[in-house]
Parts: sequence; structure tokens; C-alpha cells
Amino acid sequence: MSEFIYLYRTSEADRRAAMSAEHAQQSMQAWLAWMRGLEAKGHIKNPGNPLGTEGRVVRGQAKTVTDGPFVEIKDLVLGYTVIEAKNFEEAVELASGCPMLAGEGSVEIRPVAAMA
Amino acid sequence: MTLDDEALRELDDHLFRRESGRMVAALTRIFGVHNLSLAEDVVQDAFVRALEVWRMRGVPDNPAAWLMTAAKNRALDMLRRERTALRFAPPPEMGRLLDTEWTLGPAVNEAFDVHTIRDEQLRMMFSCCDPRLGEDVQVALILNILCGFSAGEVASAFLIGRAAMEKRIARGKKTLATSKTLFDLADAEFVPRLAAVQRALYLLFNEGYHGSSAEQAIRAELCAEAIRLVTLLSEYPPADTPATRALAALMHLHAARLAARVDAEGDLNRLPEQDRSRWDARLIDDGLSLFDRSMSGDELTSFHLEAAIAVEHVRAPSLAETSWDTIVSLYDQLMALQPSPVVALNRAIAIGELDGASAGLAALDEIDDRDRLAAYPFYHAALAELELKRGNATDAREHFAAAIQLSRNPMERRFLERRIRQSGAAS
Repeated sequence: MSEFIYLYRTSEADRRAAMSAEHAQQSMQAWLAWMRGLEAKGHIKNPGNPLGTEGRVVRGQAKTVTDGPFVEIKDLVLGYTVIEAKNFEEAVELASGCPMLAGEGSVEIRPVAAMA
Repeated sequence: MTLDDEALRELDDHLFRRESGRMVAALTRIFGVHNLSLAEDVVQDAFVRALEVWRMRGVPDNPAAWLMTAAKNRALDMLRRERTALRFAPPPEMGRLLDTEWTLGPAVNEAFDVHTIRDEQLRMMFSCCDPRLGEDVQVALILNILCGFSAGEVASAFLIGRAAMEKRIARGKKTLATSKTLFDLADAEFVPRLAAVQRALYLLFNEGYHGSSAEQAIRAELCAEAIRLVTLLSEYPPADTPATRALAALMHLHAARLAARVDAEGDLNRLPEQDRSRWDARLIDDGLSLFDRSMSGDELTSFHLEAAIAVEHVRAPSLAETSWDTIVSLYDQLMALQPSPVVALNRAIAIGELDGASAGLAALDEIDDRDRLAAYPFYHAALAELELKRGNATDAREHFAAAIQLSRNPMERRFLERRIRQSGAAS
């Protein structure tokens, strides 16, 4: 088994798009179902954490501080999950069921580089 | 570390919708009705936050409280930021409480107190039933603001376009915004406004019970919401009048029969075909006790008469043992008190049961404004049933065919098509 990180990304607009009670309910139910599926098959190494959307960036030797970690507001990282999968293909396959993909969101899949 | 089963617990089916109405009520107290959209933004923020945290950490122990806290914190953030900018005028009853840190926290906490929320929901209900608004707008506002239905959901419940419903809701909110505070329950207008609230809840329930939406689930939710709101109303002593109790009684007694009206295939069942053992005994008990309590005082409303008719139906052990003479006389009283073509139609059907099909058809024939029923599929279906009972299968089929032309959803259509097939077999 190898470890992968899922980075959930979306745009600020999509994040807040039409968040009616009905939409929230459906979205949450879809996430629960997806997470349950991964958990049941032992893929979840660490459910991870949501990230706040505010942020600061310190850059360069001048240590310039700027607000917002995001150059592109379309590419907001909302959180991450650490999963276990046989290989890259399986990790990608599992991510394709992520409810994040229902909107404009995306899941970035990165392998956790092994020490050995 | 993995997610435990606890965190992956089931989510209550209507959590977000239910809490939406409660949060908006609390937030309206803080921001004022004229800032309703600000309150709605805060609710949206709380939903976004909940989704982002819960989907990775799982659903918390008390999700409703979690949402309330998120909304409260978001409101506090906003008020602290706005204190310097002050781009919105707080309502007079919040006055200067929001100005300093000393009173801000307690004032916001107070707004989120369960009792305050209950009172504010009640006041919101009265505000939505503003006499300047048409009844259709009042009902739409109640569903949108108090029940957390999106404009799209309200539109599909009333079978109208989403854009038209959005307009209707926006128009209503504009009227609400002409006041800074919600309706004052101590106002002299309380009594007439209470009648408007009862009427709106009655329409809301009817839309669920008799309505045109094909979605059985949506209709059951409308009925459930109407019952929740009428219960809220009757928990406030000045609103707990005999009319409110009678209204609550008729909703409970009708709702008790809701499940039996539709079979496993999602098809409508006629009263004679209904399995009476599927009627909800608890709702019937509640309805009967509400009906008893509605008899205090000397006020006799149309709600009383409609509830009394429902009582006769649930008390009858079978269709044949139904006390049709009592039901006909109740319909006579209802026609005297509040005549309408639909009441007249139901009266004629009851006469058909009591005195036979020809008497029923004669009663239908006597309805003054029959043309107003012409577009209602169940008027033609009633004609068909009575003709069928008289043995005129050919006429019956023609009336059923007319009803099918007017059917408003696939469920009604399937029901009527089945009746046409059955009447063919009978001839």
C-alpha cells in the first residue's frame, strides 16, 4: 500500500454557489457516502482537515508578507485527506467518485514520497 | 487515525432546511427584517463552513448546535467589522447593544436562545402574512424563509416556473423590508393577522394534501411543515384559539390518511380502496384531541366544519358505515359559512353516497359557478364516478377522458386511466 494525498480545490465562487439548504443537504449526504465507502475499504489513512480560506504568504529573502495564499482565486485549497491505495491508478480511480467534482471543484492526487 | 463510525453517522434528512428557518429567525432579530439578505448570507456561510469541516471530520454530535454556533460566530465577526464601517442600520430593538463589546456578545447570545428563536419564528410567520401581499406570496415566503425551501423547490411544489417564483419571493421580501422589525405580537392588528396566518397555513397544507405536484415526497413535506408551524402557533397562548386548534385538528386528521392515499407503486387510491389499517393512529389520536379542545368557546369556523368532516371519516369503521347524513349536513353548514365550488363538489359527492348517484349528479348540476370547476380534473372524475354508479359506463368513460386531459401530473393520469379501464370492464 502507498500513501497519497488528496487536495480538494475549488473556486471561491463555486464554494458559495447556490448554497441552499437543499444543496447543502445533498452535498453533505454525497460526501458522507463517499467517505463511508473509502473508510469501509480501509483507504483512509487520515481523514485530514479542512483549511481556512484566509492566509498569508511570506516570500523571498526580503520576507515580504502578502495576504492570501492563492495567486489564482479559482484554485482555493479547501482541505486534504491522506489515503492508502495500491498504486497511483487506484488512487485516481477512488478520487473520481469524489463529490467535489460535482461543481467546479477538483481533486489533486499527490503521492507521499517514500523515504526508502 | 481514521474516521470512526460516530463521525460517519447518518445525517438527519432535513437538518439544513430546518435549521435554516431557525437561524434566519435569530439573525433577523440582530440585523432587522430590512437586512434579511444579510441574515441569509450568514446562514449560507454557516452551511459552507459546515460542509467543509464535516466532510473531512465527520458530522458532529449535535449538528444543529454546531450550525447555530457557526452562524453566531459569523454574525459576531460581521458586526465587529461593520461597527466601524456601519453599512447597515441595525433594527431599533437592538439599538445600541451592538455598539460595544460589553453588550454585543450577550445580545447575540440572546438572539440565539431557543425561546427567542421560537418567538422570532412566530413573528416571522405573522410578518410574512402581511395584508399587502397576496396569499400566494405569503405562502411562498413562509416556505422560503421559515421552512428553508429554495425558490426552485417552492416553484416545483406549486408547479410554476422557477424564475416566476424567484420574482414572487423577491417581491414579498421587498415588502417585508419596508419594516425594520418583525411583526409585534402585542400589536392591535394581532387578531386579523392571526386569521391571515391560519389561512396561509391552511393553504400550505392543502397544497401538500390535494396539490398538483407529482412528487409525493414534496407534498408530504409541505403537510409536515404546515403541521410544524401550526404547532408553533398553538404553543403561543394568545394564538391558541379554537380556530387554531380546529385547523391543527383537520391537518392531523388528513395527514393520518396521507400514506394510505398512495399505494406502494405511487398510485392514488380512492377512499373505498384505502386500507384503513394504514391510517396513522397517533395522528388520529392527536387530531381527535385537538378537535375536542377546539370546541371551547362559541366560535364556529370553516376549520371546525372541515375538521368535523374529517372526524366522521376517521371514526367510520368502513366506507359503508360512514355517517353520510352527518357529513352532508356539515357540508351544508360549510356552504352557508364559506361557499366555494370545491366545497359544493365535495358536498355533491357526499350526497351521491347518501341518496344515490342521481341525487349526487343533481347536486353537481345545481352548483352555481360550475364553470370554475371545469378545469379541475376531479370535477370530471366525480361526474364519471356518479355516472358509473348509475350504470352509464359510456358517459363515465367520457368524463374520465375529460379528466385525463386536465390531469396535472403522472400520478393523477395513471389513476384516471386505471379508472377508465375499470369502468370499461364494468359495462
